[in-house]
Amino acid sequence: MAASPAHALASLTVGDEIATASYHLDRGNLVRYAGASGDFNAIHYRDDIAAEVGLPGVLAHGMLTMGLSVQPVVDWIGDPGRVFDYQVKFTRPVVVDPKTGAQVSVSAKVGAIDLEAQTARVDLTVTYDEATVLGKAQVQLSFS
Amino acid sequence: MAVNPELTGRTFPPTAPYLVGREKIREFSRAVFATNPINLDAAAAQAAGYADVVAPPTFAVVIQEGTLSQLLAEPDSGIELTRVVHGSQQFSYSRPIVAGDELTAQLSIDSVKTLGANAMVTAVSTITDATGAHVVTATSMLVVGGDN
Repeated sequence: MAASPAHALASLTVGDEIATASYHLDRGNLVRYAGASGDFNAIHYRDDIAAEVGLPGVLAHGMLTMGLSVQPVVDWIGDPGRVFDYQVKFTRPVVVDPKTGAQVSVSAKVGAIDLEAQTARVDLTVTYDEATVLGKAQVQLSFS
Repeated sequence: MAVNPELTGRTFPPTAPYLVGREKIREFSRAVFATNPINLDAAAAQAAGYADVVAPPTFAVVIQEGTLSQLLAEPDSGIELTRVVHGSQQFSYSRPIVAGDELTAQLSIDSVKTLGANAMVTAVSTITDATGAHVVTATSMLVVGGDN
């Protein structure tokens, strides 16, 4: 059982933009995600270590970017339990400046509709600094 | 040290059971900007038909983490954490994770592919509940850099 979907599958068209959102990340958000997830890789909080391994700066955890990017879709459908598959490729890092942070924007569009299975695929475009940071970011939603 | 191609097909022992706590789901939800009441409020989750708060879609990484530690600790893997980049990630659910679940993960290595100096390791962690029923499969592709 789950909450009724907030939108009807039959009302959707492939290409519809169903949600957009923008998130500001600062170093505090990275520390919070490190604690919550258990990923304490120092490249996510120490500038010196990030520089040592050749990175342009402290990076957001890829899994943090993946985790927040699905949230506009969860809010749109109204129930996190309706996401039954979610995949991304990590194509570009998000560098989080110690003072100004980083702004990550998400656009979610209907990629495919399966009326028989009562599912929809939602494709995410996630951008930072005017370039995409995730590839093949696809969310599968159940409407049944 | 290069990634050991003989890892392909290797299956690891199941991890110790992980008891999913309500406050852990709330903590993780806040960390990924999840604001849906079903993630945060037990009464809202129960009104939607769930036993307790529902974890965000990427929460399974917390359980998967134990299996990736096994891989890094494998003496003959040839994988050093400092050379690992996360290439891709997928979660495929049979049902959502809810607070109160006791979950166990079992890792198997699907493939090791060499691409120039790098190796691409596909690690599949199958996560089951206390009854042995499938909950979610977490698949990571790790890009392991070669020697400098």
